[in-house]
Amino acid sequence: MTERVRVTGPPRHTAAGRPASRLGDVHEQTALGDVYLRSLLREQLGLAVRVLGALAVTLGTLPLVFHLAPGLADADPLGIPLPWLLLGVLAHPLLLLLAWRYVRRAERIERAFADLVGNDRPGPGSEAP
Amino acid sequence: MSAAAVPGLVAVVLVTLVTLAIGTWGLRFSRTTSDFFVASRTVRPGLNASAIGGEYLSAASFLGIAGLLLVGGADMLWYPVGWTAGYLVLLVLVAAPLRRSGAYTLPDFAEARLGSRAVRAACSLLVVGIGWLYLIPQFEGAGLTLRTAIGAPEWAGPVVVGGVVLANVTSGGMRSVTFVQAFQYWLKLTAILVPVAVLLVVWWGDGRPHGTAGADGWSFPVAGDGGIGLYTTYSLIGGLFLGTMGLPHVVVRFYTNPDGRAARRTTVVVLALLGLFYLWPPVYAALGRVYAGRLVAEDRSDVLVLELPRLMLDGLGGDLLTGLVTAGAFAAFLSTSSGLAIAVSGVLTQDVTTRLVGEQRGGVAAFRLAAVVAVVIPVAAALLVRDVGVAQSVGLAFAVAASTFCPLLVLGIWWRRLTAVGALAGLAAGGLGAGGAAIATLAGYAPGGWAGALLGQPAAWTVPLAAAVMVLVSLATADREPAHARRFLVQLHTPESMSR
Repeated sequence: MTERVRVTGPPRHTAAGRPASRLGDVHEQTALGDVYLRSLLREQLGLAVRVLGALAVTLGTLPLVFHLAPGLADADPLGIPLPWLLLGVLAHPLLLLLAWRYVRRAERIERAFADLVGNDRPGPGSEAP
Repeated sequence: MSAAAVPGLVAVVLVTLVTLAIGTWGLRFSRTTSDFFVASRTVRPGLNASAIGGEYLSAASFLGIAGLLLVGGADMLWYPVGWTAGYLVLLVLVAAPLRRSGAYTLPDFAEARLGSRAVRAACSLLVVGIGWLYLIPQFEGAGLTLRTAIGAPEWAGPVVVGGVVLANVTSGGMRSVTFVQAFQYWLKLTAILVPVAVLLVVWWGDGRPHGTAGADGWSFPVAGDGGIGLYTTYSLIGGLFLGTMGLPHVVVRFYTNPDGRAARRTTVVVLALLGLFYLWPPVYAALGRVYAGRLVAEDRSDVLVLELPRLMLDGLGGDLLTGLVTAGAFAAFLSTSSGLAIAVSGVLTQDVTTRLVGEQRGGVAAFRLAAVVAVVIPVAAALLVRDVGVAQSVGLAFAVAASTFCPLLVLGIWWRRLTAVGALAGLAAGGLGAGGAAIATLAGYAPGGWAGALLGQPAAWTVPLAAAVMVLVSLATADREPAHARRFLVQLHTPESMSR
């Protein structure tokens, strides 16, 4: 078994109003904090939109493609009809690839954000003089 | 009871015993209310992903899809693709922020984000509604499986599955269910993979015959002709892609991750596990096209996975494989209904039964009372209401989830200016639109042409409607933007490593 850590959940009605973390500028309503948060949100949302765009262009256009060119459904590379090969087999590795690339990039954005905020103003737990 | 029923009976008894045994073992680790709700947030990505996979692969995935593919052909492939792709959408839009919100359930999240008891109540109502909508077909499918496999009377399935689920959920809550469901993913994968491997060898030995059962245009991935077919297909895709994030039993699982980063990694493993499973139902459909023309003619294609082994293989081999697929199907009912029961019980505990039981008797007693309510009502409904198709009810639950919780979560996580009034208006528009269309369809109202398509697959108009109402009403009530919205967004989007 992995080590068990007792973590009690937060009381129900607290999340409203009270900050759960200590992030200096980002938590205080300063102009600098606003810039940080906006840039983090914009980067993460941009990444999400790009991944969803890739999903729409690959899987999302298939019904339209087959609607416009019904003859494609009769092709059977490898002995499997093309729609079955695309949707039954190839869709799954595609989804996994998109997810894996997303996680790598999202974590990179978070690391960059942590470096930026951390270097600019050391957190309360740091040893900075 | 005939000799043909023996393998199925042995399988059902074994799965039940192992499920109860693992649940009891998990009880040793369950002490606090937090254990019951979210396994104290200590579940690692590998175990958690298996549990999510085990919970998510329901009767519709294990039995329903192969039958739909056999009869309907390639346009039904959008179901497994959509059920998997829904997790990609969930990953990029909500996974990590949802975990960081620090809430137990969807209503918790809504209340924390918007600071409104009214939004909380609306979300609780929706969670219970969607959960029960999804539970009824599970219990009905259990009745179908037990009748097919061992000739049991139809009431036996809902009662047996309901009883086992209740025993598991009330004894150990989320922590014990996590172990049970992780086990059930691997059981389901084995139960679909081993038979299909053997049956492919049989098919090869028969000289690789081609089949002709099923619809015309079996390889065409768009439902029907013209604009209506295209609309129906895209609306189905939209509902499935966006509905996953709004299913209560899916969302509650994300709170069991240690942090936001683990929530993301868990989702990637889930995508791999689901893809690995969904490769095989199309193979059953293709083999069924060759060997199970009789099932199509008799309109019994939903038992294709259960009957295909005996149709292709005589004697002991057929019996063993039948036992294995029956075990997988039974595990599918148990795990999905356990997850839904946990989610519905969690909401009922917080909003109803804690008040009834009283705080001093403790959260665990309230949770157990809630679990009884959460299970008994859909079992009774499954016994009373007959012949609501499994796939139809499940599709309905996805459409309602996509039209309510999806816009609420996405706007709540990414858009600071969402207000409680806007959220309520959007939930009402989406819930009434999708719910109303679905109830009309289930009640048998099926006009032809565009009206039928718009009612049968409502997601393509109800999701944009709900989102537009939420945005416009929020903008109109901009002076009521929650004061803490900005701080809450900071908490959702900053890595945990920075806030300690």
